[in-house]
Amino acid sequence: MSEILVVVDHTDGAIRTTTAELLTCARRLGEPSAVFFGAEADAAPGQLAAYGATKVYVLDDAAYRDCLVAPKAEALAHLVADRRPAAVLIPSTLEGKEVAARLSIKTDSGLVTDAIDIARGDDGAVHTTQSVFGGAYTTTASITRGTPIVTLKPNSLTPESAEAAAPVEVETVEVAVSDAARAARIIGREPRENIGRPDLADASIVVSGGRGTGGDFDAVEAFADCLGAAVGASRAAVDAGWYPHAFQVGQTGVTVSPQLYVASGISGAIQHIAGMRSSKIIVAVNKDAEAPIFGLADFGVVGDLRPVLVQATTEIDNRRAAGA
Amino acid sequence: MNIVVCVKYVPATADRTFSPVDNTVDRADVDGMLCELDEHAIEEALRITEADEGEVTVVTVGPEDAAEAIARGLQMGAHRGVHIVDDALHGSDAAATSLVLAAAVRRIGYDLVLCGMASTDGGMGVVPAMLAERLGVPQLTLASRVTVEGGTVTIRRESNTATEYIEASGPLVLSVTDRSNEPRYPSFKGIMAAKRKPVDTWSLADLGIASEVGLEAAGTKVSAFAARPARAGGQIVSDEGEGGARLAEYLVGQKLV
Ligand SMILES: Cc1cc2nc3c(=O)[nH]c(=O)nc-3n(C[C@H](O)[C@H](O)[C@H](O)COP(=O)(O)OP(=O)(O)OC[C@H]3O[C@@H](n4cnc5c(N)ncnc54)[C@H](O)[C@@H]3O)c2cc1C
Ligand SMILES: Nc1ncnc2c1ncn2[C@@H]1O[C@H](COP(=O)(O)O)[C@@H](O)[C@H]1O
Repeated sequence: MSEILVVVDHTDGAIRTTTAELLTCARRLGEPSAVFFGAEADAAPGQLAAYGATKVYVLDDAAYRDCLVAPKAEALAHLVADRRPAAVLIPSTLEGKEVAARLSIKTDSGLVTDAIDIARGDDGAVHTTQSVFGGAYTTTASITRGTPIVTLKPNSLTPESAEAAAPVEVETVEVAVSDAARAARIIGREPRENIGRPDLADASIVVSGGRGTGGDFDAVEAFADCLGAAVGASRAAVDAGWYPHAFQVGQTGVTVSPQLYVASGISGAIQHIAGMRSSKIIVAVNKDAEAPIFGLADFGVVGDLRPVLVQATTEIDNRRAAGA
Repeated sequence: MNIVVCVKYVPATADRTFSPVDNTVDRADVDGMLCELDEHAIEEALRITEADEGEVTVVTVGPEDAAEAIARGLQMGAHRGVHIVDDALHGSDAAATSLVLAAAVRRIGYDLVLCGMASTDGGMGVVPAMLAERLGVPQLTLASRVTVEGGTVTIRRESNTATEYIEASGPLVLSVTDRSNEPRYPSFKGIMAAKRKPVDTWSLADLGIASEVGLEAAGTKVSAFAARPARAGGQIVSDEGEGGARLAEYLVGQKLV
C-alpha cells in the first residue's frame, strides 16, 4: 500500500488532536507514516500507532526549533524524494501552511490548504473539500500534480482509532539542513502563559466576547469556565486592548470549529464569521435583534449579555449541584 | 533600502463568488479593490523608506482592473508601479503567482520584498513563503512588528503557542499582519502626485515565462463549488428576565452540558 506522510503536531511530545485527525484521513489514502520533528519522541510512537501510523520518522535538529519554516520544508522534501509517498498531510497551523507552501514549490506539487475533508476519488487522485469566502461556499478539488500536499483544518472530523494497531517502526532520519534554510533565526521566544483553559484552536466549546462586553470579560470568562470552554474575542475587543490578540477569532485571527460557539456582544461581521462559521452549534447573545450574527445562530437571546450569561452560568451550576 | 511590495486586487467583500464556466474565482463582473491586508505591507514599506531612504515599488499580478490596486499604492506614497497582466494568467494558482512575482521582483531589483499576510478573496497565505523559496532568500513572515537596523530585520511573530522574535539579514521576503501598523489614507496631495508616477506594464513574455501558469498548469482543479446552505432558522428568544435560564435549558437539551 502506498505510504502517506503525516506531519505530527505535538506539544512537548504529546500529540495534539489535529494529528489524530490527519492520521484518520491518511488511512483512507494509504498507509500512514508519521513525521515527528523534535527530541521528545519517546511517548509519540504509541500514541501515533493508536491512530494507524505504522512508521514514525523522527527528525531532530536544532534548526527545526530555532529557525523559521525552511528547515522543516527541506527535511520533508528530502523524505518525499527518498520515500516517494502518495501524499503529504500537514496540520493547518500558520507554520504548517508555510511549510506546505515551500514543500509544494520544492517538489513541484499541487497544494490545498485549509481542507476540511480528504478522500481518494474514483480517479485515484486525492480529493479535498474546502470551505472558502468566509464559509459562504464549499469547494471540492482534486490534486493533479506531483505529490499531493494537503493541510487540514483542526476539528474538521472526528478522529477514529485504528482497529488493530500494528507494531510501529521508529526510524531516525538525519537530513543535512542547509545554511540557507537556517537564515531566519528565532532569537527569542516568550511562551504564552498557560491560563488553564483549553486551546482556542482545538477547543470543543468556545465562548467569545466582542465590543458589547464594554471591556468587562468577567461574565464571558465565568460562562466559559462553567462549560470548560476556551475564551475568544472579536477584533473590536482585541483592538480596544480588552483581550490579547492570541484569542482573536476570525479571518486575521484563529479559525475555530467547535461543537458549540457562543458569540456574546459580537455583531457578526463577515471577517469574524470567517473564523467560526463551521462551528456545529452557534449561540448568540446580543441586545440588537437585528445583529447579523442572529442569522447564523441556532439559538439566540436578544438581551444584555451580562445578566444573560450570569444567569445561564448560575443555572448550569445549580443543575449540576442538584444532579451531583 | 529598495522595497518591492506585492499587492493583490481582490473582489469587494460582498461580491465574492465563482465563475460557473471554469470554477475559478469570478473576477469579471464584480467590483474590486486593493486587498485591505496589503495596505499594511505598503504602510510598512513607506515607514522603512521614510526612516532610511530608498524607493517603494508596488507590483501586482492581475487583470486590467488591477491597475486600481497599484494606483491606490501610489496614492499612499509608493514611488512606482509594475502591473503584470496577461490573458494566459487566468486561473493561475498560488504557485504560478509566486513564479511570476519572483521573476518580476528579480527584474525590478530589491533589498526587501514585502507582502500582506493573506489575500482576502480566499487567499491561502502561502504566496510569501513560496516567493522566498523561489528567490532563495530568507523569509520573515507574519510579522506583527518590524524593526530594521542596518541590513538586519527583526520581527515579532505570534505563533500558536508563543511570541517569537526572528532575525535575518537581507535581501529577504517579509510579510506583515494587520497588527503591524495602521495604514495611512491617501492625502489630496498624494492622490494628485500619484497621477504622475511611472507604472510599467509587463506581459509574461517580458518576464520570460511561457507555459507554467494559468488554469491548465495549476496543480489542483476545483471540480465543484456550492453555496453553503442557509442555516435553518434558529430559535431566537427575547430576554425578559429568564433569557439566561432558557439558554441553559437549550444547552442541556443539546447535551452540551
Ligand atoms: C481585513 C480585515 C480583517 C478583519 N479580521 C477580523 C477578525 O479576524 N476577527 C474579527 O472579529 N473581526 C475582524 N475584522 C473586523 C470586523 O470587520 C468587525 O469590525 C469586528 O468583528 C467587529 O467586532 P464586534 O462584533 O465585537 O463589534 P461591533 O460590530 O461593534 O458589534 C458589537 C455588538 O455588540 C452588541 N452589544 C453592545 N452592547 C451589548 C450588551 N450590553 N449586551 C449584548 N450585546 C451588546 C451590539 O448590538 C453589536 O451587535 C476584520 C476587518 C478587516 C477589514
Ligand atoms: N496576484 C498577486 N499579485 C501580487 N501580490 C500577490 C498576489 N497574490 C498574492 N500576493 C501577495 O501575497 C500575499 C499572500 O497572498 P495569498 O497567499 O494569496 O493569501 C498577499 O497579501 C500579497 O502580498
